Amino acid sequence: MRKILAAVAAALLATGAGLFSASAADKLKVGFIYLGPIGDLGWTYQHDQGRLALVKELGDKIETTYLENVSEGPDSERSIEQLARAGNKLIFTTSFGYMEPTLKVAKKYPNVHFEHATGYKRDKNMSTYSGKFYEGRYIQGLIAAKMSKSGVLGYIGSFPIPEVISGINATMLAAQTINPNIKVKIIWVNTWFDPGKEADAAKALIDQGADVIMQHTDSPAAMQVAAERGKLAFGQDSEMIKFGPKTQLTSIMDNWGPYYIERVKAELDGKWKSEDTWDGLKEKMVVMAPYTNMPDDVKKLAEDTEAAIKAGTLHPFKCPIIGQDGKEVECKDGHLADGAILGMNFYVKGIDDKIPGK
Amino acid sequence: MLSVLAASTPLLLAATGELVTERAGVLNLGVEGMMIVGAACGFGGAWLSGSIIIGALCGIVAGILMSLIFALMTLGLAVNQVATGLALTILGIGLSGLIGARFVGEKITPAPHLHIPGLSDIPLVGRILFGEDGFVYLSLALIVAVWYVLYRTRPGLILRACGDNHVSAHALGYPVLRIRMYAVMFGGACAGLAGAYLPLAYTPFFIPGMTAGRGWIALALVVFASWRPGRLVAGAYLFGAVTILQLHAQGAGLGVPSQLMSALPYLATVIVLVLISRARSGGSTAPAALGTVFVPDR
Repeated sequence: MRKILAAVAAALLATGAGLFSASAADKLKVGFIYLGPIGDLGWTYQHDQGRLALVKELGDKIETTYLENVSEGPDSERSIEQLARAGNKLIFTTSFGYMEPTLKVAKKYPNVHFEHATGYKRDKNMSTYSGKFYEGRYIQGLIAAKMSKSGVLGYIGSFPIPEVISGINATMLAAQTINPNIKVKIIWVNTWFDPGKEADAAKALIDQGADVIMQHTDSPAAMQVAAERGKLAFGQDSEMIKFGPKTQLTSIMDNWGPYYIERVKAELDGKWKSEDTWDGLKEKMVVMAPYTNMPDDVKKLAEDTEAAIKAGTLHPFKCPIIGQDGKEVECKDGHLADGAILGMNFYVKGIDDKIPGK
Repeated sequence: MLSVLAASTPLLLAATGELVTERAGVLNLGVEGMMIVGAACGFGGAWLSGSIIIGALCGIVAGILMSLIFALMTLGLAVNQVATGLALTILGIGLSGLIGARFVGEKITPAPHLHIPGLSDIPLVGRILFGEDGFVYLSLALIVAVWYVLYRTRPGLILRACGDNHVSAHALGYPVLRIRMYAVMFGGACAGLAGAYLPLAYTPFFIPGMTAGRGWIALALVVFASWRPGRLVAGAYLFGAVTILQLHAQGAGLGVPSQLMSALPYLATVIVLVLISRARSGGSTAPAALGTVFVPDR
């Protein structure tokens, strides 16, 4: 419903721009496609925060439009095309499932530039961008191992895709440097977003002895459960400390604003090129929420590690990486290649579980 | 273990309402939509008033209002029930986002768990029998009441008659459409309450789309129970238990394929449907007039 309203609004904007072209035509039009509602407090919320930062910075030169709740698949192709037809010159499509539709529309509209988040297919007028979230996971692993009394971490996974698996591995590699015998219990909920199920998973993990909960799903439900039971937890995508003032250790936050500003500036200057951007803590695309609810020495360790990752002196996947079978994974130049991390489908040694469906 | 009861309660509440609706011969596929609007209004009511009970009432009223839209379309204007139900779901999801937008990120104190000194402290059974939140017991009382009314009272008999053969019921002088409207409203009230249960007791915050398909599971549950209240309770707790136990099994590293377990409620429903159609001769089947439009001849 809201999508339709937004679409109508976009169409109106387009005709409006046609009628009163004097002022509007001078402004660059930038479009956004969102997967969820902007109020999801997670993934889409952070993208919209990025858009708002963009408006704040360049508001006098650009005009932004967004369509929210656009489901992945054929429906999204229509929505993307709509933005292109409405005169948007730069269009950000912000979910993995928009990859093929974006590519298709990009071929149809060679003069429009597209930016697709978290995908791997590019074209002359289509860039990709994503964040190195595993860098944040590594810091969380250190904190978790320091803070856990039971030596058991609880991990709520969404889907067993490389991004999530590399997060689990980064966490464990870090945790093992503190406590070689640390255990992790992993529960897959097969959804990005189902507060009830996420809460149930957190309860199950705590019942089984986990005392630090981390998640790769989008709602603050797990944080709330941990708070209720007096355990510790990490937020996801956005600041969730409101839901656990005495519980949140830190949160990996997606920070898209600087990237959006940079790309739109390039577009305004006529310097936009198709690129593949994969940025992390250093470029501030991944930002850690304040380190809270932990002693000073743990906080210092986290801060030092963050600084080392930023400086490039520490890589979460530094060689050697040992797989579950005890064999060393192919690893050159001191750390795993980007491609190997992006396609990761194995657990490292020390994880007592197997990837579902493998 | 304890979370099984909490996980099953929204399913049981929503399915109880839908069971009554379907027993009156109306198929309302809009359960998910009514639930999510109930969740948004329930949370809003509780947040503004500070009272869980007022929140629950807001959820119920919102569910009834949603169901009245459905009643107006399908009973008043004799529109196709399947299409209207689906439209109601889509409307509900959009509407709940609109209503709930200002409540996103707020939180409330969830409904308290009962605590009866002595009884609640009995090992194992104490927490389950005497230590859950009030909604859990309400949902059980409700399904018992529904069973009693449907099978032991005259209004229940009339309601089932409307669902099995609306022409005969009409010929006997019963106001079929009005009875169906009450049944639809009851379904809406239950769905609204089921939706409100999520932000009021289960995960005490509101986020758009938080029902996450539970309305559809409730619909499947009614079929799974072959329209019988007793089986409905068993089915609701079975579905709830499967969800919770598979999470525990994963945590314990038993290597359960989680994708399969997530699909299990639907799979079980399909199997039951097959069994029903095989045992058509004796077993309880769907209300005969389910989903058919009734236009009284005047």
